[in-house]
Amino acid sequence: MRTLYHFHGGVHPPSNKTQSTRLAIAPAPLPSRLIVPLHQHAGETAKPVVQAGDHVLKGQLIGMPDGFVSSAVHAPTSGTIAAIDMQLIAHPSGLPNLCATLIPDGKDEWIELEPVKNYRDHSTTELQHLLRMAGVVGLGGAAFPSDIKLRLGKQKIKTLILNGAECEPYITCDDMLMRERAAEIVQGAEILRFMLDADEVLYGVEDNKPEAIAALQQAITASGSALQQSKRHEVVAIPTIYPGGSAKQLIRVLTGLEVPSGKLPTDIGVQCFNVATAYTVHRALAHGEPLLSRIVTVAGNVREARNYEALIGTPIDELVALSEALPDTNGYIMGGPMMGFALPGMSGPGPAVHVPMVKATNCIIVSSEKLFPPPPPAMPCIRCTRCVEVCPADLQPQDLFWFAQSKEFGRAQTFSLFDCIECGACSYVCPSHIPLVQYYRFAKSEIRAREHDKQLADQARDRHEFHEQRIEREKREKAEKLAAKEKAAQAAKLAAQPLTAEQQAELANLATSREHIRELAQSAVEHTTENTGAN
Amino acid sequence: MFFSPFISKSEGVAAIMLKVLLALLPGISLYVWYFGPAILVSIALASITALATEAAMLKLRKRPIAPFLKDNSALLTAWLLALSIPPLAPWWMVVVGTAFAIAIAKHLYGGLGSNMFNPAMVGYAVLIISFPMQMTHWLAPQGLVLAELSFAQQLQYIFSGVLPNGLTLDAITMATPLDTLKTHLHLDESVQQILNMPIYGQIGGHGSEMVAWGFLFGGLYLLASRIISWHIPFTYLGTLFVIAWIFHLADPTHYVAPLFHWFSGAAILGAFFILTDPVSSPTTNKGRLIYAAGAALLTYLIRTFGGFPDGVAFATLLMNICVPLIVLYTQPKVFGKKDGGKKDDQP
Amino acid sequence: MLSALLVMAALAIVLGAVLGFAAIKFHVEGNPLVDKIDAILPQTQCGQCSFPGCKPYATAIAAGEADINRCPPGGVEGIQKLADLLGVDFKPFGGDTAAPKPKSVAIIDESTCIGCTLCIQACPVDAIVGAAKQMHTIIAAECTGCELCVAPCPVDCISMQVIEEKISNWKWKYPVYSLVTAQ
Repeated sequence: MRTLYHFHGGVHPPSNKTQSTRLAIAPAPLPSRLIVPLHQHAGETAKPVVQAGDHVLKGQLIGMPDGFVSSAVHAPTSGTIAAIDMQLIAHPSGLPNLCATLIPDGKDEWIELEPVKNYRDHSTTELQHLLRMAGVVGLGGAAFPSDIKLRLGKQKIKTLILNGAECEPYITCDDMLMRERAAEIVQGAEILRFMLDADEVLYGVEDNKPEAIAALQQAITASGSALQQSKRHEVVAIPTIYPGGSAKQLIRVLTGLEVPSGKLPTDIGVQCFNVATAYTVHRALAHGEPLLSRIVTVAGNVREARNYEALIGTPIDELVALSEALPDTNGYIMGGPMMGFALPGMSGPGPAVHVPMVKATNCIIVSSEKLFPPPPPAMPCIRCTRCVEVCPADLQPQDLFWFAQSKEFGRAQTFSLFDCIECGACSYVCPSHIPLVQYYRFAKSEIRAREHDKQLADQARDRHEFHEQRIEREKREKAEKLAAKEKAAQAAKLAAQPLTAEQQAELANLATSREHIRELAQSAVEHTTENTGAN
Repeated sequence: MFFSPFISKSEGVAAIMLKVLLALLPGISLYVWYFGPAILVSIALASITALATEAAMLKLRKRPIAPFLKDNSALLTAWLLALSIPPLAPWWMVVVGTAFAIAIAKHLYGGLGSNMFNPAMVGYAVLIISFPMQMTHWLAPQGLVLAELSFAQQLQYIFSGVLPNGLTLDAITMATPLDTLKTHLHLDESVQQILNMPIYGQIGGHGSEMVAWGFLFGGLYLLASRIISWHIPFTYLGTLFVIAWIFHLADPTHYVAPLFHWFSGAAILGAFFILTDPVSSPTTNKGRLIYAAGAALLTYLIRTFGGFPDGVAFATLLMNICVPLIVLYTQPKVFGKKDGGKKDDQP
Repeated sequence: MLSALLVMAALAIVLGAVLGFAAIKFHVEGNPLVDKIDAILPQTQCGQCSFPGCKPYATAIAAGEADINRCPPGGVEGIQKLADLLGVDFKPFGGDTAAPKPKSVAIIDESTCIGCTLCIQACPVDAIVGAAKQMHTIIAAECTGCELCVAPCPVDCISMQVIEEKISNWKWKYPVYSLVTAQ
């Protein structure tokens, strides 16, 4: 039995997971249209490489990665690009972003796939490039491009952690994936292990998912000889506590190590991937399939909660329709109830906007007033420190709240605001019902904006100083030029004066003596006895 | 539009305060049993005053009135104050003390959650400094005095200050056990002699020790329901015990046994209900230890060497002053910020 | 009486010596105040403060020759920061200073531009590229929104465009909710 460690705090919200695990994953039917955002990942927006009117095949590149942290975007099915324009996307801001709208032709016709026969014959760099071009990003929610997480640093990676904790209530997409497709997860994990050259692979799964744990264990045993390295793979049941699936907390539980503040897990020799990401890596390399679909849990106020394998870009209302939302539905939440966000354009009455699901969409919770009653009016903080007791980052949430509320951003930073993982445990237990996380998000984004402004100001200062120097230099050069010109003019003036009679005589003299010398030289060649001196 | 988390498990401020009020009931019941129902009159008076003052202050400060009146925090202040002053204190004293506590100590500092000092203790301090005489007229436990007042007579005294014919105040009231101890120690009597007086019971004062048991019971309920953490009550009582024990060992004729300190005066009430007030106590666990230990030391010093009969209120107020500093210097280590990855706390 | 005087005198001498020593020991070189003020200023170099740039304005503030409320791009927050730094009272915008505007960048209408280079000369941060008789264009990322290029343009082809809220520059808002607060 492996020694497990624990992290401070945590909460036990009602899990609400059993509703959606009764039925197997169902393939979602082809939707009427697909809206594929070109910015589905952390980093830069992909550059569109198709135009409205183009016919595309399933898996064809439609968005080229643009910049270091970026990822590719593909056509989820074959069809015609109807438009490339700004559309409302799943983002807490409710702002539109660049999307490609695809009308499926129903044929679902693939491009020619190029599977990697044996990934062990390839270098890590080559595989990274393949993953980048396959649009593989972390499927746990942050959608960080996976190829970047696979770049080798100076630090040797000892442990690769596969995150199957899935601690948020309602969400069961990873659970179902582990139950049904454990073998492919294990193979993907082995690819990741190979790329990182890690010594061991630990699958952290919360102990409320015994089926998933058993399935993974079976898959590891079954692929034992094929993997050669199977002894390095181990499934670890971890205690069920929210936010046990947060990467830093999971690393702590499995290895006892704390990722130092402001550092990456790789700095302590650990890397962490979601199990669904491992599955996608396997599909991308072994089958050559780019990331076109994912498993999404549809739960909450629906007749039949279930997991669907749906194409990226599927309008969320079409997806929810498969589970039949109940009549008192008042909105959709993307993600879990602890960290998710209400989708724009869907709360309140009026026609639902067709916000599409993206690579990061792990769960759609259909909400109703009964399931998620609006919070009661917030009361002042009474410093009861329930938030301190549950904070997994050992912060003092009540102090951070105070600083954020009074916009004392400097002090918020010294009290480690940026170590907050926004898990929401503090708000969950707050007896005063203060939207604490909301204050932290506000303070963080204000601080980031200020730092950005500061950078711009520093840049402007440098450029202005350079500008001043340039003006100065130009002035100086102009002055110098002017001075030189004047000198030249003076010289010319001197030259323009008429010669005196004496000077003219001298010049004439010089000319005649030169003539004379030339003659002498010529005669010298013939006689060689004459005097050659010239005075 | 609201934001994550969309779920909450919290019962709310009002429910927490209500539980604290409930936890006071066993102590109050025993109080009534041993000292008669006069205390209920003070509690009722204080409650009404507190709610009225709270409403008036909220109105003046242009805050919504209903949610704050319903949060039970003013009631808690009222009850704690009423329990700290003699039940036979004239009605205007209760009113003045409570109004001061709510208006000055609570609302002038910003209302719920912003008061630096425990309002009930501020009210108590004001009363004991302004009306020291009246604050010593404690009801004697039943069966210990020459004459006993009926409830109607008590009411009459509280509201009009008139005693039935032929009775003097001395006949119906007496000093508290702590006060008596202090007075008689000054008269060069030994602790053993003094404790033989009828006012003393098994451990502390006759009757009042039972009330303390009641508060202890309520306090343990608060601990069990995780409304308060163990840090403050345990450290407070522990430190008080240790200090009293050291003095008692050194000189048992002049320094009373530690358990006497626990079960007389407001030690138990203070440990579980007053010092644990979240608003005016430290937010860090380490800070709570320092705060409670400091309060215990001050309590003992004031009780033993100071001029006031009990030290809990002043100890609380003095430690309240130190809270911001204590909190600043006891900040816990943040995840990923100490010797990162020290494998020390295995479950 | 005499001893008291002597004690006081001795105290005065000792404390004076300590103060003098501290003044030498902890002496700070240069005039960092100008740099500190300059660090707060937004570096738009717009001249709305009536000084030819941020640094001259900072120098003037440090010398006590200019008020702290003359920088509209710095906004109210900028005044607050200056007030905090200098230990003076906050002063709202007023008098002859323009009110703060939302942050914008200059855009050249490229079809109208005649390539006169006047705007290039006016730009304090060299954010306009182009040559004589050639069309000019503004590097949006470098533009501080100072508007100094707008006036010199003989064909009025430069306009200021407010920076729109996009996903890339979107910020979480200050929580607004049904609030019962003691604030």
